[in-house]
Formats: sequence, structure tokens, C-alpha cells
Amino acid sequence: MFSLEKLVSIIQAWLQSTLGDPWAYIVVCVMVGVAAIALFAILGLMLVYMERKVAAHMQIRLGPNRVGPMGLFQTTADTLKLVMKEGLTPDGADKFLFNLAPFMVMIAAMLILAPIAFAKNFQIWDISIGVLYVAAVSSVAVIGILMAGWSSNNKYSLLGAMRSAAQIVSYELSAGLSILAIVILSGSLKISDIINSQADGWWIIKGHIPVIIAFIVFIIAVTAETNRAPFDLAEAESELTAGFHTEYSGMKFALFFLAEYINIFIGCAIGATIFLGGWMPFHIGNWEAFNHVMDFIPSSIWFIGKTVFLIFLIMWFRWTFPRLRVDQLLNLEWKYLLPISMVNLLIVTLMAIMGWHL
Amino acid sequence: MLEELGTNDQGDMIINVGPQHPSTHGVLHLVITLHGETVKKVEPHLGYIHRSIEKMSESLSYRQFSYVTSRMDYLSSHINNHACALAVEKGLQLEIPGRAQYIRVILDELTRIASHQLWWGALAMDLGAFTPFFYSFREREMINEVMEETCGARLTMNYIVPGGVMFDLHPDFQKKVKLFLAEFKSKIHEYNELVTGNVIFQNRTKGVGYISKENAISYGMTGPSGRGSGFKCDVRKLHPYELYDQLKFEEITEEGGDAFARYMVRIREMEQSMNIIEQLIDNIPEGDIQAKTKAVLKLPKGDFYSRVETARGELGVYIISEGGTTPYRIKYRSPGFSNLSALNDMAVGGKLGDLMATMGTLDLVIPDIDR
Amino acid sequence: MTNEELKLKIEELLPGAAFEEGTEWLTLNMDAEGFKPFAQQLRNNEALNFDYLFCLTAVDWKTHFSVVYHLTSTAIRHTLVVKVKADKNDPAIETVCDIWRTAEFHEREAYDLMGISFTGHPDLRRLFLEDDHVGFPLRKDYEDPINMIKL
Repeated sequence: MFSLEKLVSIIQAWLQSTLGDPWAYIVVCVMVGVAAIALFAILGLMLVYMERKVAAHMQIRLGPNRVGPMGLFQTTADTLKLVMKEGLTPDGADKFLFNLAPFMVMIAAMLILAPIAFAKNFQIWDISIGVLYVAAVSSVAVIGILMAGWSSNNKYSLLGAMRSAAQIVSYELSAGLSILAIVILSGSLKISDIINSQADGWWIIKGHIPVIIAFIVFIIAVTAETNRAPFDLAEAESELTAGFHTEYSGMKFALFFLAEYINIFIGCAIGATIFLGGWMPFHIGNWEAFNHVMDFIPSSIWFIGKTVFLIFLIMWFRWTFPRLRVDQLLNLEWKYLLPISMVNLLIVTLMAIMGWHL
Repeated sequence: MLEELGTNDQGDMIINVGPQHPSTHGVLHLVITLHGETVKKVEPHLGYIHRSIEKMSESLSYRQFSYVTSRMDYLSSHINNHACALAVEKGLQLEIPGRAQYIRVILDELTRIASHQLWWGALAMDLGAFTPFFYSFREREMINEVMEETCGARLTMNYIVPGGVMFDLHPDFQKKVKLFLAEFKSKIHEYNELVTGNVIFQNRTKGVGYISKENAISYGMTGPSGRGSGFKCDVRKLHPYELYDQLKFEEITEEGGDAFARYMVRIREMEQSMNIIEQLIDNIPEGDIQAKTKAVLKLPKGDFYSRVETARGELGVYIISEGGTTPYRIKYRSPGFSNLSALNDMAVGGKLGDLMATMGTLDLVIPDIDR
Repeated sequence: MTNEELKLKIEELLPGAAFEEGTEWLTLNMDAEGFKPFAQQLRNNEALNFDYLFCLTAVDWKTHFSVVYHLTSTAIRHTLVVKVKADKNDPAIETVCDIWRTAEFHEREAYDLMGISFTGHPDLRRLFLEDDHVGFPLRKDYEDPINMIKL
């Protein structure tokens, strides 16, 4: 059976035997870095392609279908075009911050990749405060967006950035609280522990209705945090033309664009890990035979499948709903989602103490 | 110039929306004073597509000038031509053959449906939903095909001439229109499911861009925008032209006065238009398509005012004739122009997002405003 | 209200009013003086109640200008056309935009294209053309050798 875990251990053993201790680690670090960047590029391309296809089929059209088989190389061609375009910097802009901003956003997105478990024992950094780390680093992205909006010296950008800041800061709360619900149930902040706690069933099944509520809140919050429709107020093209990245062009624009998709992937990967068991196959209690059959599907496929399903959900939202107004957006968070997730957290705690979950 | 400064002396932000902006649907330029996200003032700057159609028409003959009006409200160009033809016919006191009248009314209503469909998609786009646009274009395409076969054009029809219509109908006309009606009837529920019933959409439009009936009348708001405030202003009912006095249809009014009311008026109006077409499509009489007219039309001295209901409201064509072959003065009372004048009143106090909803439900067509 | 009844009513308000013959709607000619109070009465008089100004047209007659107001009452459904004469050299008419708010834009348009100044208008600027445009294009004597093509 194909397994990323075996592949990694073979490579590691080989490096250890040929290069010796310090060099083997350095080579592994470089390989991880290259793999992460390659993953980013591929993720960006595939998610953009997926978005365009999903959108097209929801909009009764075909989507990209000319470049390559089924238009698969369309996004590659688009990226090439963006790379070759001139990256303009407006005259009145704060040049340093303006050029730094897209990298800030991108780096924030890259950092969160560290604790994500792509397959069984296939994880860059299994940090003991994994979930906390994700919550903390994901809010760094807002600094990049604020930077971009402010330094562009454009009123649309500034409005977009202010909206984005207000939005991400608020939705961070309910995202955090809904993650906390699972932390309470599994008793650990560590990603691998959370996944292992779901060996006899995913939390969304084991945790009854409170976890389902937490899941829904989480999905809404992730959509909002990634500035996706119906919460795309920071870009809101019918109001603010393009929001915070109005003045960006060429590759710098592409970085924002890419970061958006990376953020979606990461948000959905976290959601899949916490609520849907990450790479853990679908297990039901003591049904040994059934669980064994499920184990035959490689863990990486389970992880990717769940993540893509969540990404599809978020794309589905985008192509269905109109955009919220800025005050409605904040109302939704502070008046509905936050109180709901707080009460929900209490119920989950009670459930954990009494052992009501499966 | 005020708009070159970033802020005014109260610290409010002044931003230019347009002339190139995704939701101004053309080259409308609004200078907006924003206090945070709250709109304090909206000032339209017009003229980016001003072609002085009124001046142009003064040098064109009575047969020619209606072609220019197709370029005013390009989404109801057929109805614009109709208004011009009616004004000239009033001056010449022509009797229009029955067949021509039927054709005119059917095409008018088809134009209205097509225009409302485009509006529906564009409104949803203004509110951030992209998908409805494609759904509305799916059915609009069928109307455009009918228009293409009948008039030879999809946008600027130029089909109605003084005295009747230019050519006879395409043999497939009735079949295709009926096909469209059946298709649209089976699809209209999607419109309601996608947009009307959506909670976010309702929150975005209910109570937004409110205008009272008194103000709507005072601002001269007509068409679905005026009827959304309860102002009974349907020219087809009040001053029936062609066959409208013999037809059974409802004048749609809503009392809300907000964006949602204006939205509902248009949605319900599409059904009424289908109803009108259904009454006519099987009964198109045989006969001439044009009344006998002289080669060169000369209107007697006097004033001739014709009013029609376009998709956006009341279009008035006011011809002042000195007895020559060209109008002495011609005035187009375009619905969009008056509707736009109320925008400031409706948008002040709302959020920036509300302004887009308000503009969307006013259904502005910029060449119609600038003329 | 029929045209005859309306005519009587208006003659009460404006003795010696000059009506045009043979028009579709009752048409009244008057001078710019005294137009504003008359317009106010048209709007506020219960029996007349002209609340809807549906068209405002400025016309350049070579000897004078006239501004044509098409008024209708949405409650009583009668229509009146008022043609107000203005001076050729210095056309000025009092604004009606405090009575019918739609006049604000229509008067700006008439000012922009015909050069009729509406006294008392809160914001009488050019609407379509540039602020520094010279001349009023809809006037019969307007010349623009570059942009106008003579047929």
C-alpha cells in the first residue's frame, strides 16, 4: 500500500547512512523547504483551476477548456502572463511597505503549513501547541493586508484594508472558540493527538450536535477570514473595485491571489483535521472488518479528499450568495456567531466532563 | 476642484466612484462623501457619454431621427423607437394597421423582459453574486435571437418606423416567442430561488434606499423605481397607446419604497409582460405592416408629445415642429435622468454597500441619462 | 378634470391667461414675471394639485427663449403645459426646484445646454459639459467648427 510515511522514512534512512548526522538534517530541511514551495505553486494552480471549473459549472458554462487537456494548463498560462507583467508601484505609495505587503501575506500563509498533517506521520513540525500556533499565525496575514491597503495611497485600498482588519479580527474569535471545542474534547493542542483521538470516529460524529454547530461556525469563520464571498468585503469589487489590492499588478498581485487560495487550503485542512479526522480513515466504533477496509485507502487520500470537499463547500458559497454589507457582517459575528460559540463551548465542556460523547 | 482633495474640512473622505467602476454600469461618475462607511452625499457628474442627441435630431428628418434614439436607452431601444414613431404619427394623424400594432406591442414587451433580465443579473452582480448573471443571460439570449431574426439587430433594433414597422415578421416568429415563453415560465422559479428568497439578498435590499411616494413623485421617478414607492405611473395604463387599452394586465405597484420593493416590481412585471405577449401572440392579424405615408414626412406646425413606458419608466418625446421636414426642437424626457436625480436622497445615511443596491435597483442606463 | 374646467380654474388664478388653441393638453403662455408664485399655486392649490413635473424643456425661438413645463396631477389626473417666455439676451427664470425636486437636474440641463439661468437654483452648474465650456450647444446660433458636422 502506498504510504508517504514509508517514503519519508526511506529517504531519511538513506540520507542518514550516506551523509551522517548534521548534513542529513540540513538536506532534509532544504528538501522540506523546496517541497513546501512546490506544494504552494501546485496548490495555487490546482485550486484556481478548480475554482474556475466549479464556478463554470454552477454558472452553466464550461470554464477553461482550451489550454491543455480540459484546460488544465490555463492557470499555468495565466501565471506566466502575470510573471511577465510589469509590477507597477504607484507614485504616491509608500514603496517599502507596498512591496513588502504581498510577501507578508504570503509568508503568513506559508508558516501555517508547518503543523498540518498531510498523512499518517507526515508532518513538518508536530508542535505541542499546534492549534494555538495556527490560530496565532493566521492573524498575522491581516497585517499584510493593512500594509497593502495603507501604503497604496488609494482610498479604495484603505477602505478595503480597514474592512478586512475589522473582519479578520472579529472572525478570529469564533474560529478560535470552535477549534477550542475540539481541543476540550480531545484534551490536547497537538495536531497528532487530536487526530489520534478520532481513531474510533471523527469528532463531527462523536461529538453530537454541539460539534456540528462548532463545525458550521468554523466554516463560516474560515470563509470570512479568507476574505471569500459572501464575506469578500475587503475586495468587494462592485463597491471598492478591488479593495486592498487595487493598485497591485503583475506578480505582486499574483502573490495576493495565491495567498488567498493557500489560506483557503489551510483553513479547510485545519477544519478537516479537527472535525473530520484529518488523515484518519472513516472508522466506526468496533466494526473491525469495516475499519480494516477503510484503512486500505491511503491516509493522504483521506486527508486530501476531506480538504477538497471543504474547499468545494467554500467555493459553493462564493458562487451562490450575494455579499453581506459591512455592518451586517460584524453583526453576524458579534451578535450571533460569538454568543453561539461561547454557549456551545460551555455545552461541549459539560459534555467532555460528563463523558457524553461517544 | 473638491474631488481632487482626499478629504473635506470635516474629515470626511471623498471618493470618486466611476467613470470606470464595476457597478456604475457605464460611465457614470459619482463623487461620494463618505464618513467612515456611511454615505453623506452623492453627487453625480454626468456627460461622459453625452452625444447631444437632441441637437443631432434637429438636423435629421422625421424618418431618420428615431435611429439615433436607439442609442439612448440601449436596453429598450425598441421602445425608444416606438416613442419617436408615436410622436410623428400624432403629428401626421396616421392610423396604424392592426398587424403593425400587434407586432410593436409584442416586441415592446419582449424588450421589457430582456431589459429586466439583464437588470436582474446586473443587480445580483452589484450585490456580489455572480452566478445569476449567467442564468438571466440564458433566457435573454432567446429574446435576442427572436430580435435578430425579426429586426436584424440584437441591441439597436431600428425596426419601428413612422406608420408601422419596417419589415414583416419572420415566419418562425410566433413559434420562437412561444418557445421562449414556455422556457422562461419553467425557469422563472430559479430567479426566485437564487436571489429573491436569499436571506443575505433580502437583508441587503429591505429598508435600503428608501424613498417615499411624495418624494418619488416630486423627483419624477417613474417606471418600476417609482412604482416601488407606490406611485401609479404606468403610462401603459394611464395614457394607453397602441393596444394597451384592450389588454388585460396588472399595473404592479409595491408600497415598500425600498430596494426590495423596486426589485419585486420588476420581477412581477416580467410575468405581466409574458401575460401580455400571450394574449397577442396567437391573434396577430393579417394585413399591412405600414400605413401609407409620403416619402418625405412633414409635420404640421405645433407641439407633439408622446409618452411610452420603457423598461425604466416614462419616456417622453416632445417634438416642436415649425412645419418643416426636421424638428425645430426635440426633447427626450428620459426616465433614467429623473430617477438618478433622486439618488442622493436615497443613498444618504446608508452604507457604501447600500449605495450599490440603490443604484442597482434604480436600473440606471448611462447613455439614457446623458443622451 | 377636463380641459375646460381646468381652464376656468386657471383663469381664476391668473386672469387674462393666454391659452393656446388646438393642443392635446391645455397649454398656457406666460411671461417669466409672476411665474414662481403661479407655479406655487399650481402645486399647492387643492383643486389643481400639480405634483408631478414630467418634462422641462427649453426652446430657443429666435426672438426669445421659452421654457416648457409639462405638469400633471397624480391624484386628479389632469395635465397642463406652461410655456414661460424668457428674454433673448439675458434669459432668466425663477427656479421651481423647491416645488418639484426633479427640476433641479432638469434646470441644470437647460442651463448647461441652452444657457437659461434659473435664479434661486441652489447648485446651478453645468451638468453634462465641462465647467469651462464656452457657449450653449442647443441654441440655434451655436457654432462649433470642429465637432459639428453640417449636413
